[in-house]
Amino acid sequence: MTNIIRIQNLIYTYPNGFTALKGINIDIKKNDFVGIIGQNGAGKSTLLKNITGLLKPTSGDVIVGGLNTKHTSVARLSTKLGFVLQNPDRQLFADTVYNEVSFGPKNLKLTEQEINERVEYALGYTGLSSVRDKFPPALSAGERAKVVIASVIAMKPEIIILDEPTTGQDNRGCYQIMNIAKEFHKAGHTVIMVTHHMALVAEYACRTIVFCKGEVLLDGSTEEVFSQPEILKKSYILPPQITQMGSELSTVLNRKKTYLTVSDLSKDIFTRYQG
Amino acid sequence: MSKPVIEVNNLYYRYPRSNDYVLKDINFSVEKGQFLAITGENGAGKTTLSLILSGIIPQAKGGKMHGNVIVCGLDTQKEDLAVLSQKIGIVLEDPETQLFTTKVFNEVAFGAENLGLPREEIIKRAKWALKVVRLEGYEERHPTMLSGGQKQRVAIASALTMRPDIMVLDEPTSQLDPIGTIEVFEVVKELKQKYGMTIIMVTHKSEEIAAFADNVLVINQGELLTFGTPKEVFSNKEVIKKAWITIPQVSSLYLDLLDKGLQLEEFPILPEEGVRLVKQKIS
Repeated sequence: MTNIIRIQNLIYTYPNGFTALKGINIDIKKNDFVGIIGQNGAGKSTLLKNITGLLKPTSGDVIVGGLNTKHTSVARLSTKLGFVLQNPDRQLFADTVYNEVSFGPKNLKLTEQEINERVEYALGYTGLSSVRDKFPPALSAGERAKVVIASVIAMKPEIIILDEPTTGQDNRGCYQIMNIAKEFHKAGHTVIMVTHHMALVAEYACRTIVFCKGEVLLDGSTEEVFSQPEILKKSYILPPQITQMGSELSTVLNRKKTYLTVSDLSKDIFTRYQG
Repeated sequence: MSKPVIEVNNLYYRYPRSNDYVLKDINFSVEKGQFLAITGENGAGKTTLSLILSGIIPQAKGGKMHGNVIVCGLDTQKEDLAVLSQKIGIVLEDPETQLFTTKVFNEVAFGAENLGLPREEIIKRAKWALKVVRLEGYEERHPTMLSGGQKQRVAIASALTMRPDIMVLDEPTSQLDPIGTIEVFEVVKELKQKYGMTIIMVTHKSEEIAAFADNVLVINQGELLTFGTPKEVFSNKEVIKKAWITIPQVSSLYLDLLDKGLQLEEFPILPEEGVRLVKQKIS
């Protein structure tokens, strides 16, 4: 499989002299679902900004879909990847949901019909068709986040990047957003998600990368990563509650396994109970 | 039973230029030293309720309020906000709306300075507050240059230096890493135990509510859906469904096993309870 994103020896130093990324090497394959976790200030958001081209590497390279971000405009990169910011309100500006979602495609200089098709597709994808004429700020937080995701989907990117998509969301909003991401992934696209919500990482991400003080602390399958609680602690991370319970029950279950979801653990407890 | 420090009676509220009441017929009381978690869907009225408790609504924001809210014996609709703010501190959800100085230390010391305390006491309190929120060494940093989670902790520290009787926190851990989240809850626990502080926290984090809160109040579309201990609330299927509450994973495990036909002896809300109950069944 091809690497859709290649990050090589990436160092990023802010103008005030603070080095937020200290030599990062990551290859991300097409159709991967990557969770990026780590303590506050570990460099996660700086990394995302380097991938989206909003920041350019101080040294090293970031190559997205074959394009080196150093020599590529953010506009060009935005056809490859869509970026959903932590706070949807910083990204919304149009008077209706429709206009918000059509803004990106309009800038691609597509025909009116193509624009229309893309917006309809994106609104349908995110379940927003019924609120197309509403004023975005009047929507609930969950819907506002979905408007941002719809705007991104309308650009038909190959990669979607979610920065703390569930912050400020209630349970319903959270799962609605994650389901959209899951569908996007199923359709063969790549998802990169930064979050502090470990249960979501465990449930959805195939691969998890842990950042700590500007460096990669762990990088592997989500199962491998959550099986190392002692190392995770260095970056203020705890595995999900169910994973912790699973490890405490490993002796009675007679299984050495990293449980990522409630149904995983439940299944093994029930099997052991039966017999 | 001691006398409540917060009493909310027949509270109704609507914002200016709106005909819809965002809070309807809310009644509850909180005793001194209790930790009350407020949860419910976005838009349910949780933040509005926190602002009402601190008097900011309706005093600074207007709108129409019925009923009364008494905090430490003071009527929040009538008492001077400066007086109320010494009794009840508030940490807003978006810390950036609250930060305004150029140095973390000044930010944290600001409240205490305004109390007219002696210089040494101000410094002592600010240092203590920074230690409590794990920001020692950040004194000279510019608050806007911090990460989201660090800003949240600065806002908490700022409220702490006022040493209020009651602390209202609106989703103080929504941007924090898992251990940072637990640390904030540990801080809150210490404030409660050491200083007898009463804590009101708006939060969606059910696993921490289970471990730390005394009671939970669930708001649904402006109405009080239920008020009870974490165990009472999380085990109430109807409430959970109606208000879209996430329950702790250990509680979900109980329900999942129940579906399969295995019933644990009780409904667990803490992982250690769950581990014990599962071991009882399968050892």
